[in-house]
Amino acid sequence: MGSIFSAQQIVNGLQLGAIYALIALGYTMVYGIVRLINFAHGDFFMVGAYAAYGAFYLFNFFLPAGGAMAFIVLILAMAGGAAIALLSNQFAYKPLRYKPRLSSLVTAIGVSMLLEYTFSAMPFIGPSPRGFPELLAKKMFHIGSAEVSNYVMIDLLVAAALMIGLTFLIQRTPMGKAMRAVSQDKDAAKLMGIDVEKVIAFTFAIGGSFAGAAGLLAGLTYPRIQPYMGILPGLKAFIAAVLGGIGNVPGAVLGAFIMGLAETFATAYNSLLGEGIAFVILIVVLLLRPNGILGEKTADKI
Amino acid sequence: MKSSIISAFVAVALAGSFLACDKSSKEIKVGGVAPATGEAATFGASTKNGMDMALAEWNAKGGVLTKPVKMSFADDKGDPAEAATVWTKLIEQDKVCAVIGTVMSKCSLAGAPISQNSKIPMIATSSTNPKVTLVGDYIFRVCFIDPFQGTVGAKFAFDELKAKKAACLFDVGNDYTKGLSEFFKAKFTALGGEVVGYEGHATGTTDFKAQLTKLLATKPDVLYVSDYYNDVALIAKQARELGFKGPMLGGDGWDSPKLTEVGGAAVEGCFFTNHYSQEDTSPVVVEFVKNYKAKYNAVPDALAALGYDATNMMLDAIQRAGSTDGDKIKDAMAKADYKGVTGQVKFDGDRNPVKSAVIIEIKGGKQVYKTTVNP
Repeated sequence: MGSIFSAQQIVNGLQLGAIYALIALGYTMVYGIVRLINFAHGDFFMVGAYAAYGAFYLFNFFLPAGGAMAFIVLILAMAGGAAIALLSNQFAYKPLRYKPRLSSLVTAIGVSMLLEYTFSAMPFIGPSPRGFPELLAKKMFHIGSAEVSNYVMIDLLVAAALMIGLTFLIQRTPMGKAMRAVSQDKDAAKLMGIDVEKVIAFTFAIGGSFAGAAGLLAGLTYPRIQPYMGILPGLKAFIAAVLGGIGNVPGAVLGAFIMGLAETFATAYNSLLGEGIAFVILIVVLLLRPNGILGEKTADKI
Repeated sequence: MKSSIISAFVAVALAGSFLACDKSSKEIKVGGVAPATGEAATFGASTKNGMDMALAEWNAKGGVLTKPVKMSFADDKGDPAEAATVWTKLIEQDKVCAVIGTVMSKCSLAGAPISQNSKIPMIATSSTNPKVTLVGDYIFRVCFIDPFQGTVGAKFAFDELKAKKAACLFDVGNDYTKGLSEFFKAKFTALGGEVVGYEGHATGTTDFKAQLTKLLATKPDVLYVSDYYNDVALIAKQARELGFKGPMLGGDGWDSPKLTEVGGAAVEGCFFTNHYSQEDTSPVVVEFVKNYKAKYNAVPDALAALGYDATNMMLDAIQRAGSTDGDKIKDAMAKADYKGVTGQVKFDGDRNPVKSAVIIEIKGGKQVYKTTVNP
């Protein structure tokens, strides 16, 4: 049992959870605003990973790998994720905004496949997996009985910084106030003079940029990227969002870390359990607490 | 209106099939299958290069049975479902008289029953799982099988690396990697060593840390990773991150330039069993490496060598059979005694070749020949 709940496994689980959290936030925000489960969100994550990959090889002509490079790549990965999210919203979701919700849902699945197959059909990307470059030299630290690399710390720090930034944005800025208003009542928000479409586009951009950042972190941590890499993490992040209470921002983060840890512990207990535990959690949540851990029917959802 | 369109299509299709029949009398048609895309893409590319090279050499010498040989190539994408589809297409639509391929055991296992039922002989290139040729008497292979590779790995770990404790990590969704680990475990235990950890992982995952943490807690001297290069690179990196300093060991699934490209320093000082080494100085190998370099401007890996040998053996069997009849090709193939790039090939009762293996070490980012192990 020692190796199942060891400090090392907790570190492994937190690292995985940080990546899920960044993806889950996008799911939950978009759902909070437009009540759409954006199944293409996992693919925004993939686009972010490829944007980071491209950015690295573009800037590598005159900039060596290191801190400055990592920062530029992070910004461009986030920009890539935001751009693809904005495009999807503009061309796929916006025309269906006031149509039955099922239309948007099916469209989201279509957007997801479009991205996956377009990426694997493009000759300079292709369907074969690619190795992800090491942006920073790897350093190891012994903390107690666990081996912690600087990559683990970067994953956790970037995720934490972005989450704190998001909380500030939602709670303390005019745009955040508008987002909360739209999530409560779109029509009333429109009557109050809020440009609802602008708020929705902004939400997509933020969600997409978080997925892009997650793509970069996943590329660094598990250095293999391919056009279908977003499917499973996307699904698991979605379950994390449901677990925390879809539409609820702190809930998504909590759900993601629970998922990361549960998956790691389950895998350590029996390697076949790990992949399935996410779906077991989903079923249990839907049976016992359909609104999720932090989700309440009357709570502000964003 | 509708029916006239349909009949037009039928007419075109019929004309097409007559054309195919007409053509088949002027040339020998064989099928080639390899994963040109997907998780084993570099394997597929190398294998196809080897096949094309053998084909070009036969055609330059005047073809088989005095007719030019043509290969219909199909991409199985490393997916058994896709393999079954392309196998059916090659046999029923392209009317090939033999199939060469494929790389992955799980895909050959999907194609073999189709070959067997239509009595079209096949020779797998690098499918090492024992079950492949057990499908039937039309199924051959040019590579050695998992028990041998796992056994050689275990012997090397115990005798040469002086390992007493070993741990295995493999893909639960892949017959090849499971097979290798099973046979490694059996032999290593039989030699007097102890397998302290034995863990599977799901196909397609990128996070192996939970399994590795558990395995490394048992303090193994050596880690046996029977995966393909893509996973091996990630596993090696994560194992090093978790503080593992010892050697890792694997099978021919490691043989790809991508392994060191992605794995970098993490795979340094690791070993794998393979079919051949380009550093071998026997004249057949030297000649093959020279021609391959001239043609593709790259060093041939074992996959290329096996694709080359498999194609040569199949065409040689057709030549000796004196016919494109499946039964006669099968009988000629069973009697083969062929000196190939990957060693002398003779078939045993289960249509598996009896041949030697080499151990390759990764040193300075390159594959270095370590030793040859005979069966």
